[in-house]
Amino acid sequence: MHDHIAIQEQDFSLTQEYQALREANLQDGAIVTFSGTVRDLNQGKRIQSLTLEHYPAMTLKCLQQIVAEARNRWQLGRVRIIHRVGRLALGDQIVFVGVSSRHRGDAFAACEFIMDYLKTRAPFWKKEQTGNGEHWVEAKAEDQRKADAWK
Amino acid sequence: MIRVLFFARLREVLGCESLELPCDFYDLGGLRQALMARGPDWQEFLAPGTSLGAVNQTLAKDDVPLQDGDEVAFFPPVTGG
Repeated sequence: MHDHIAIQEQDFSLTQEYQALREANLQDGAIVTFSGTVRDLNQGKRIQSLTLEHYPAMTLKCLQQIVAEARNRWQLGRVRIIHRVGRLALGDQIVFVGVSSRHRGDAFAACEFIMDYLKTRAPFWKKEQTGNGEHWVEAKAEDQRKADAWK
Repeated sequence: MIRVLFFARLREVLGCESLELPCDFYDLGGLRQALMARGPDWQEFLAPGTSLGAVNQTLAKDDVPLQDGDEVAFFPPVTGG
C-alpha cells in the first residue's frame, strides 16, 4: 500500500507532500490535498496558540483504519496523512491529507471522508490559550453530522 | 489486570492519568459504572455520552467485553484536525 501516516511535532512542506503523491505516479490523474491551519478566532474566542494532545498507541491505528475504509469505498492510489501534536501558533499548519486517484471524483470524496472521520474518531484533543487562560475545545455537533453523512 | 488510561480534560478533572485494576468487569459498561461510583467528578465526567471509551486502542461501545490484559481508555469527544 502507498500509505504514509505520520504524527509529529515538526512542520511539514506542502511542496514535498505534493511531490510524494505525484512522483513516478503515472496511473493517477488526480491529486487532492487538504491542509488545516490554526485560526485566530474559534467558537467566539480569540486564540493566541493551541496545544494538541493525543493517545499515541491509538492514533496511528485509528488513522490506518480510516484509510482502509476509504480504500474500500474508492479507487485510490496514494494516501498521505500528517497530524501535528504539541504547541502550535496562529497560522501554523495542523493537519495534511493528500490523496491520489485515477480520476478526481474518488480523490475529492476520499479526502473529505478522511478529514470527516479523523475529526470525529482520531484521538486528538485541542487546548486553546487565550488572553484569559486556557481551555479544552468542545467537539462540534456539525463535525459529527458530517461524519454520519458518510454512513 | 486491566490498564485504564484517561486523556485530555478527563485526565485533568479526575486528577488521574492511569489505573491498574483487577479485571472484575464483564464489559466496558461495567467498568464505566464502577469508576463512576468513585465520586461526583467521576460520576459526571465518565457518564455515557460525556466521554468515549476505547478497548485496546479501538473505539468501543459499552457492550464490548473486557479480558485480562486489556488496555482501556476514556476520553472526551475528540477535537483534532
